[in-house]
Amino acid sequence: MDNKMRKLWCVLVLWIAAVPAHALLPIQHWQAKSGARVYFVESRDLPMLDVSVDFPAGSVFDTAAKSGLAALTASMLKLGAGGLSEDEIARRIADTGAQLGGRFENDRAGMSLRTLTSSEELKQALDILARIVQRPEFPAAVLEREKARIIAGIKESDTKPETILARNFGAMIYGSHAYGLRSSGEVATVATLTREDVMGFYRRHYTSDHAVVSIMGNLPRAAAEALAEQVTAVLPRAGAPAVISAVPDLARAVSRAFPHPATQSHLMMGAPGIKRDDPDYFPLFVGNYVLGGGGFVSRITEEVRSKRGLAYSAYSYFSPLQERGPFVIGLQTRKDQAAQALDVVRATLGEFLAQGPTEDELAKAKQNIIGGFPLRIDSNRKILDYLGVIGFYKLPLTYLDDFVTNVEKVTTIDIKNAFARRVNPERMVTVIVGADDVAPAAAGAKP
Amino acid sequence: MLHAYLMFAARMRAVLLLVISGATMAAAPALAQVAEHRLANGLRVIVKEDHRAPTVVSMVWYKAGSMDEFNGTTGVAHVLEHMMFKGTRNVPAGEFSKVVAAAGGRENAFTFRDYTAYHEQLHKSQLPLAFRLEADRMANLVLTKEEFDKEIKVVMEERRLRTEDRPQGLLYEQLMATAFTSHPYRSPVIGWMNDLENMTWNDAREWYERWYAPNNAIVVVVGDVNAAEVFKLAEQHFGAIKPKALPERKPQDEPVQLGIRRVSVKAPAELPSLMMAYRAPSLRDPERDSEPYALEMLAGVLDGHDAARLGSALVRTEKIATAVGAGYDSTQRGPAMFIISGVPSAGKTVAELEQALRRELAKIVSDGVNEQELKRVKSQVIAAQVFQRDSMFFQAMQIGSLETSDYPHQSMDIMLRKLQQVSAAQVQEVARKYLVDDNLTIAVLDPQPLAGRKPVAAPTGLRHGQ
Repeated sequence: MDNKMRKLWCVLVLWIAAVPAHALLPIQHWQAKSGARVYFVESRDLPMLDVSVDFPAGSVFDTAAKSGLAALTASMLKLGAGGLSEDEIARRIADTGAQLGGRFENDRAGMSLRTLTSSEELKQALDILARIVQRPEFPAAVLEREKARIIAGIKESDTKPETILARNFGAMIYGSHAYGLRSSGEVATVATLTREDVMGFYRRHYTSDHAVVSIMGNLPRAAAEALAEQVTAVLPRAGAPAVISAVPDLARAVSRAFPHPATQSHLMMGAPGIKRDDPDYFPLFVGNYVLGGGGFVSRITEEVRSKRGLAYSAYSYFSPLQERGPFVIGLQTRKDQAAQALDVVRATLGEFLAQGPTEDELAKAKQNIIGGFPLRIDSNRKILDYLGVIGFYKLPLTYLDDFVTNVEKVTTIDIKNAFARRVNPERMVTVIVGADDVAPAAAGAKP
Repeated sequence: MLHAYLMFAARMRAVLLLVISGATMAAAPALAQVAEHRLANGLRVIVKEDHRAPTVVSMVWYKAGSMDEFNGTTGVAHVLEHMMFKGTRNVPAGEFSKVVAAAGGRENAFTFRDYTAYHEQLHKSQLPLAFRLEADRMANLVLTKEEFDKEIKVVMEERRLRTEDRPQGLLYEQLMATAFTSHPYRSPVIGWMNDLENMTWNDAREWYERWYAPNNAIVVVVGDVNAAEVFKLAEQHFGAIKPKALPERKPQDEPVQLGIRRVSVKAPAELPSLMMAYRAPSLRDPERDSEPYALEMLAGVLDGHDAARLGSALVRTEKIATAVGAGYDSTQRGPAMFIISGVPSAGKTVAELEQALRRELAKIVSDGVNEQELKRVKSQVIAAQVFQRDSMFFQAMQIGSLETSDYPHQSMDIMLRKLQQVSAAQVQEVARKYLVDDNLTIAVLDPQPLAGRKPVAAPTGLRHGQ
């Protein structure tokens, strides 16, 4: 394969390099009169439009005592707004064929809309979006019903090994930092949330000057400008942004095991990782492709799955956030193999940290990431997602254009050094759920 | 065809969400752009040009899914799918994925009841690579005991993850195993654990030799390509592969159901839940059939959007359920099911929820549906037609799954037209005719404390990847 492949790859790189800046994705950016930041890509290929409106209103803005408030607020937006009941909102959206979606993450929360751009449908769908973003009513009866549903969901979720794993992992790597709170909240905290709490959270966090409006699709610029005003004009202004506190390093390695009757053990290792604007972002991103991010070709998949048949899914990733998002390694395996799988993962990580990737691995990682770049932006939906990230995290408008260059620049030494700075097995958390037979000893072992 | 689409998306969700985050809904009209070519060896190549981005999705579909398996070797279709990445006479084990990755591509595969499919997404310049690799493994797979013995363990881990330890997976598995008597749809796509434990590399080899042939396959390409060039490329790579005599496929029609069936599943969980499956006809003649379209619209009226009946009545108004659903997929080789599901609210029982669901169905039987709500479902269909064109992957999925389930892809247009023609009276009539106890199987999840034993069930489709 090699010669032929390399030639093809060169052609690809040249193709991408030959595209002038901004031609990859001509993002138009402006600030609405409301103060909202707007990111727009016009595309006339399909008679449809995707819009999202996001706010710094994710679960990181919860407190331990009122955990779940941010999520409850986000989920209530479309359940009664601007003088319309939840059923009326649902009917009006359904009549247009549009799809209303919500986003809820650690940092961000918001609403999205996918609609036809025929005038009647567009008008009606945008009218609904404008109401639910700016004039939610949080009806008391609906709120109580939703709290009950959320509590039922939490109780159900708490029986699942993957939930037990994730919530303990989060709490252990973040301690008292709000990134460690479960986004749904806890049974006890959701039960205490009031309509006043929700309205207060909404007023503080759904503000026009921190709103990010992303627009992708079949709309002229002037209409996009009007749209951005329409969905943010009557929001309050906040002034200073809410601050997220820094995430400290873990003091030491901690391991815990939890019993579960499942046939598999679920394992997770990790620590606080990186911020969205971290200078080590690209070395870690490219390096992690080699370690555990590159699907079937990563070292972790090779060692755990292909060579030993220990798991269906084994992976690692960095999830960068405003402050340090997690670095995670995970897998699930038959209980009696948990100790073995953990040993394999630790050895794989240890070797990667000690040696870094080989030049050949790095070359192949770049070939995949650069060669596959067009796949990242080949649909309106994917482009909308990028607009949202670029806008919310204030990345340069040339982020996508620079992406290839930034990946290309990474060296094996950069990766080794970045991992040495950011991933320390002496300060990692290890959690095993479903460990009642073999695993406690393994979990207690030193990494 | 919303319903076809909604169900289609739902059927794929387990599989696809993992592939393309934010995968869009559904299919595309513009059938004029679809071109088809048949090679001398029987391989059919279907191309849909989509020039929005310089990328391409290439899929090879085999008309061989779990419904073609025999007792004792259930799951072999899916196991073979895993083995297809384990080397050929020309490409060593593990190289397939490496070569595609180094070309900037993404690859994976999935197995359903009616078919097995393999796919690559690449820059358009790399389509020849995808064809070369797929043609190679269509004919030259090398199955070794050594690779099989490792991979079968991976598949058993997959079954543990998706089914053994997942109450909803176990519940669905038991529902199907109870609702079907003789049809192979009664077995899970991933296979029964004991069959996996006793499977040999030879079982996989026999499966490959029986079904993997150009005259049992369809190549679907969607992307920034020229159809004539793709046909030429296909001739070049697949043209020399010899066709095979394919085994006869028996109909295996279900015997008549003689009364309501009930099954309960104990698994560690907090909440009980309920699934009700009514036997219903599948689409056989897209132009002449009418009932399957009416059933699609019925599912839409019940659960096709946020304002649909079940959620509005049972979750929001009566608050008897925390979640409800309805689904029907008309397009498949075997018999269809109309499935209603729900989770009761705290303090409500599954029996109460069952009664409430039956009451909603009875309302449709007695009072019918109104024009406004029918129109609302049809609006979803029309919009979905446009939205689905945002995803090349989905467009290829739709062509391939229709074709391997025995519907010419051209029937998409017919199906859309027929869905728009469904009347309120037809919806009422299919509800009256098919939503009856003699067609019904009910599965109930009986939650057990965590300290107890054993968990539950899985989705219909399985994928090779993560």
